Amino acid sequence: MSTTQPDEKVTRRDFLYIATGGVTVVGAALAGWAIIDSMNPAANILALSTVEIDLSPVEEGQSLTVVWRGKPIFVRNRTAEEIAQAVAEDSDNMKDPQNDADRVQQPQWLVMIGICTHLGCIPLGQKFSDPKGEFGGWFCPCHGSHYDTSGRIRKGPAPTNLEIPEYAFLDDTRIKIG
Amino acid sequence: MSGAAKREYKNGFVRWVEYRLPIFSAADAIVGRDYPSPKNLNYLWNLGSILGLALVIQIITGIFLAFYYIPTAEQAFNSVEHIMRNVNNGWLLRYVHANGASLFFAAVYIHMIRAHYYGSYKAPRELLWLIGLAIFALMMATAFMGYVLPWGQMSFWAATVITNLFTAIPLIGDSVTIWLWGGFSVDTPTLQRFYSLHYLFPFIIAGLVMMHIWALHTHGSSNPLGIEVKGPQDTIPFHPYYTAKDLVGFGVFLLILAFFVFYQPVYFSHPDQFKPADPLVTPPNIVPEWYFLPFYAILRSIPDKLLGVVGFVSSILVLFFLPYLDTSKVRSAKYRPVFRQFFFIFLADVVILGFVGANPPEGAWLVIGRLASAYYFIHFLVILPLVGWFERTKPLPESISTPVLGDAGGGAAKPEPAE
Repeated sequence: MSTTQPDEKVTRRDFLYIATGGVTVVGAALAGWAIIDSMNPAANILALSTVEIDLSPVEEGQSLTVVWRGKPIFVRNRTAEEIAQAVAEDSDNMKDPQNDADRVQQPQWLVMIGICTHLGCIPLGQKFSDPKGEFGGWFCPCHGSHYDTSGRIRKGPAPTNLEIPEYAFLDDTRIKIG
Repeated sequence: MSGAAKREYKNGFVRWVEYRLPIFSAADAIVGRDYPSPKNLNYLWNLGSILGLALVIQIITGIFLAFYYIPTAEQAFNSVEHIMRNVNNGWLLRYVHANGASLFFAAVYIHMIRAHYYGSYKAPRELLWLIGLAIFALMMATAFMGYVLPWGQMSFWAATVITNLFTAIPLIGDSVTIWLWGGFSVDTPTLQRFYSLHYLFPFIIAGLVMMHIWALHTHGSSNPLGIEVKGPQDTIPFHPYYTAKDLVGFGVFLLILAFFVFYQPVYFSHPDQFKPADPLVTPPNIVPEWYFLPFYAILRSIPDKLLGVVGFVSSILVLFFLPYLDTSKVRSAKYRPVFRQFFFIFLADVVILGFVGANPPEGAWLVIGRLASAYYFIHFLVILPLVGWFERTKPLPESISTPVLGDAGGGAAKPEPAE
């Protein structure tokens, strides 16, 4: 390179090469970023990011599935038995250890994103007739993941517990997700 | 083409064009009279041209389907039904396109299996093989995205399961997946980008095909004996010999395609594809198209999510190293008795993986799936290198002509330069 040769001075031409090259790289990177970022969720999709749910029709032992951001949200009014089982198993050996108390705001209401954390199928267990897996919660038929009554992964390929969305109780019977 | 005397064209118009744009001599050099090819190619060497035909059929039918298809979650399923019921010959275009994709894969698998059996990817044809694998990878992406477009239940859930593979990437997985979706789940934005890329990729494939053919012509076709051409006595001109033979292959391919299109048009489809996509109901057993089943089986047989995805990706990546893992200097399985047996065991293994992929991952299927997945990698990573080192190969013939004509056929006794 000309700059390493002691007998050759840095010329205006070298400066121009580097300046041109630098501007080209930065310009290409900015253009590339704009193009890649265009694939991220658009404003209208981001705008649909909250839903309100009325819990009053859901009796104890019943479940409700609502759609939030195109994803099913599982809301379950858990029975005392299910809550007791979930709490009792807190200390069991789990893949993604978490206490039941950390997964609910009110023990009765379990609110989760109803998407298997393995490859995105919808686990069964919302209906009375559905298989609920070996731990009495939910069972994903795609690749055989078993979730317990707290939505924690207990058996199968899924790596983590069913995700808890951000939500807040507006009053005793209404929650807002997102 | 090299060394051939400049061809004189009789037709005046041809001569006029040739002088200004030497397109006729180029055609002769690529698929014509001036491309000398080994004279012992068997029917397994027909697949290359059949694949070219399959690509052309897919592009033509695809262009016409695109006139009517609407890529939105609300309209996609209905627009496909519209094509099937109302558009003139729409059913024909769609069935040729859908079944053509399946046969495209059938042909590419035979093409690849042929390369493995005859060691076609060995020096100096490694790059030819690698370009071919790039085409194969794009084909898989194109086929997957095309399967999503009709927006049936299997479309939607295949898209969901496959895009969710990216969530296995540590740290950035979730953001990458949302970026791919253009939303928080598979929906219209996802469908539209899949449609755009489904239209684009075949043309990239066409460009890679040109590089594939360019690389092929640099050293010429390999052949069933796996030895290089020793001279003109070992070759025949591509035209009319192989052009005629390729047309026979076209006929067979088109007959099979016609059989499926007219008699079994939904044989390769799935009952759930007749239901519109429902993001709230997962079908009981999500299965991909048959051509992805072995890879899907490997994905499912590993009980850990990240490792499952790694296994799935590796099962394709390992093919890129095949020219270096297959260490034997002898190309053709014809002279490799030990490899030949392992080759057929491997074929059986892939077929078993296909059945495993089609069945739920429970009980015996899970065990068989794990063993077969392990063997898939053992074949490439352990058996191939070791067999290459230790196998006692059979003696190779002196030249392509020798086994047929005896010593009189030329070869080492009467070496002649190829040019």
